Amino acid sequence: MSDVTLDVRNLRTHFFTRAGIVRAVDDVSFTVWRGRVLGLVGESGSGKTVTGFSIIGLIDPPGRIAGGSIFYQGADLAKLTEREMRDLRGNRIAMIFQDPMMTLNPVLRIDTQMIETVQAHAKVSRAEARTRSRDALGMVGIPSPDERLEAYPHQFSGGMRQRVAIAIALLHRPDLIVADEPTTALDVTIQAQILAEVQKLAATYGTALIWITHDLSVVAGLADEIAVMYAGKIVETGDVGTVLDRPLHPYTQGLIGSVPSRNKRGSRLRQIPGMTPSLLDLPQGCAFRTRCARADAACQSDPGITEPVPGHALRCFHPLLEVTA
Amino acid sequence: MTTTPGTPAIELKGVSKRFGKNFDIAARLARRASAAFGKSPKDLTVRAVDNVDMTIRKGEVVGLVGESGCGKSTLGRMVAGIIQPSEGQVLWQGRDITTHSTQEARVAQLKIQMIFQNPYASLNPRLRVAEIVGEAPRVHGMIPRGEFDSYVDAQLRRAGLDPAYKRRYPHQFSGGQRQRIGIARALAVQPEFLVCDEAVAALDVSIQAQILNLFMDLRAELDLTYLFISHDLGVVEHLSDRVFIMYLGRIVEQAPAEEIFARANHPYTQALLAEVPRIETRKKQFAGVKGEIPSPLDPPSGCHFHPRCPHAMARCSIEVPALREIAPGHRSACHLNG
Ligand SMILES: Nc1ncnc2c1ncn2[C@@H]1O[C@H](COP(=O)(O)OP(=O)(O)OP(=O)(O)O)[C@@H](O)[C@H]1O
Ligand SMILES: Nc1ncnc2c1ncn2[C@@H]1O[C@H](COP(=O)(O)OP(=O)(O)OP(=O)(O)O)[C@@H](O)[C@H]1O
Ligand code: SF4
Ligand code: SF4
Ligand SMILES: [Mg+2]
Ligand SMILES: [Mg+2]
Repeated sequence: MSDVTLDVRNLRTHFFTRAGIVRAVDDVSFTVWRGRVLGLVGESGSGKTVTGFSIIGLIDPPGRIAGGSIFYQGADLAKLTEREMRDLRGNRIAMIFQDPMMTLNPVLRIDTQMIETVQAHAKVSRAEARTRSRDALGMVGIPSPDERLEAYPHQFSGGMRQRVAIAIALLHRPDLIVADEPTTALDVTIQAQILAEVQKLAATYGTALIWITHDLSVVAGLADEIAVMYAGKIVETGDVGTVLDRPLHPYTQGLIGSVPSRNKRGSRLRQIPGMTPSLLDLPQGCAFRTRCARADAACQSDPGITEPVPGHALRCFHPLLEVTA
Repeated sequence: MTTTPGTPAIELKGVSKRFGKNFDIAARLARRASAAFGKSPKDLTVRAVDNVDMTIRKGEVVGLVGESGCGKSTLGRMVAGIIQPSEGQVLWQGRDITTHSTQEARVAQLKIQMIFQNPYASLNPRLRVAEIVGEAPRVHGMIPRGEFDSYVDAQLRRAGLDPAYKRRYPHQFSGGQRQRIGIARALAVQPEFLVCDEAVAALDVSIQAQILNLFMDLRAELDLTYLFISHDLGVVEHLSDRVFIMYLGRIVEQAPAEEIFARANHPYTQALLAEVPRIETRKKQFAGVKGEIPSPLDPPSGCHFHPRCPHAMARCSIEVPALREIAPGHRSACHLNG
């Protein structure tokens, strides 16, 4: 088996709205390796969720994949039929949504939902499906899973619901999990519990993860690689320590500088000046140009991808090479 | 920041909220399911908020922190007058607003705005952004004639949204964009008190900084008061004057922010602070919760935290610890304090 689980090449996902074309994902490329975690961070509205939805085939009109490829085991997911995609989804490739109630049906018991999910992809008896469901709940640390199976989502705390959604994502030990803000709604103790499970999964079954989050501290502790998005593009990517310790892109540097713990208590927090431009009305060239202190005339054309340091790639004409964070 | 001994904006007196019996379908389903465990229906009341006293002074920022499902949103909704307590009183500027029908309660409902936790569920999907943000201030006569558009534009811009988006519907926005629509909507009616329920959780740290700076500016300019509910302890520490820690419906500790982050007293608070992830960390080995996470349908006796507490003693499972002052302005509910 190859070490690469997912290889996204020049992905473009656009929404063809009446007001114009929203280029939510615009020439995005990245690789996710077996057993490794890619932290996907970036500006709110920069295309992280749309990237995740593109991978699992959940883009609805007026949106569509307008270009590029999503290679998974040699096949291009962007070219699969809805039926073929449905077989992969929830089986080899799973998504954990930010809101666990997108996975859970509030009026069905947990066992009903989990058994259905198992039987949708595996020809097994109901009893066997139940056993697998129970084991999955146990794996995410739900106490007395046998009894908990008979409960409704409502009887679970937020953390337990999130873990049930995660347990469902794990049912078939997928090769790839796209997790979209999976622990944002959780307090730090329950978050740590889930992150521990995720690490176990990656180590034990080689599951690859795309971990979408705003929490740079979680990415710092969990991810191997990091990709930073801005206005539909990945503007910086590399090893997590390298990027967080020595960001080369001005946007990444601004982002890290805004973390409250990097600011004096009660003081005004550093923020990136200016406002996110509308995706319908992006500046020519580098989309960050109107907010960037280093911008000059060169930035009016498109910065291509460069790799000034091996393994550390970015889109910027004037990387912060001599500056440290 | 120091705590200014100003006049109380909000006072909660012995406030409790129970869910159960005929409250909603989910509760009925829950009851039926629990009947399968051989429990009698009366066990199935959720004490979401249990006898809470809280005073928030004008101009103050109070942080509210606690485990998922411990009752923070329920408490916030009672403060905002969206739901009513089962017991106890909510006072707004000294007047009881516990019953909805009074004139005071109606005024308070406009003056106290809530930014809701779930940016997906809290916006009407059939309204355009301009209507979501502009409708309430228009109805309440806050917008001079002919200035609707510029008013809405200013509100959106303030929340970091491009006014070019205002003809769009909520589903066309990302999670963080929806959250900012909710912020713009709450601020548009010129509130005096904001209940922020995970109000910045869906935002990247730079936009989060922009919104938090806006909150601090509004406080300085307009003396706005905040109840700030958040799982992000870095944000709570940065912003709050005082912090309340909640566990399974009860306040277990309260103190000035600096004090609680420097000298947490309650074992639950200590456990919480020990888990805060840090951006300096690399390749951390995360650890799971030790002990069973208790259910609010069937909370442990005595101190609710005893099944998970490393210091639990015999009396902890029998006797509810009182919330007692252990230092000026610092209260904690733990038998270790005597
Ligand atoms: N149905 C749609 N029609 C038009 N535009 C859309 C639609 N869905 C998403 N978009 C736009 O696509 C862009 C990317 O959205 P996406 O949800 O991927 O952002 P995100 O990076 O996940 O942001 P957040 O961190 O706030 O969740 C946003 O600017 C959003 O407004
Ligand atoms: N309408 C309702 N009917 C029945 N139970 C409810 C209802 N609303 C809340 N609860 C219960 O009350 C408790 C407190 O819920 P609440 O939403 O206040 O928690 P929270 O502290 O805000 O949690 P989170 O951090 O996950 O948002 C939970 O056990 C929840 O299941
Ligand atoms: S390309 Fe130019 S404008 Fe864009 S980030 Fe780099 S320096 Fe700034
Ligand atoms: S009262 Fe007992 S169980 Fe509760 S926190 Fe204190 S020591 Fe722990
Ligand atoms: Mg998103
Ligand atoms: Mg809540």
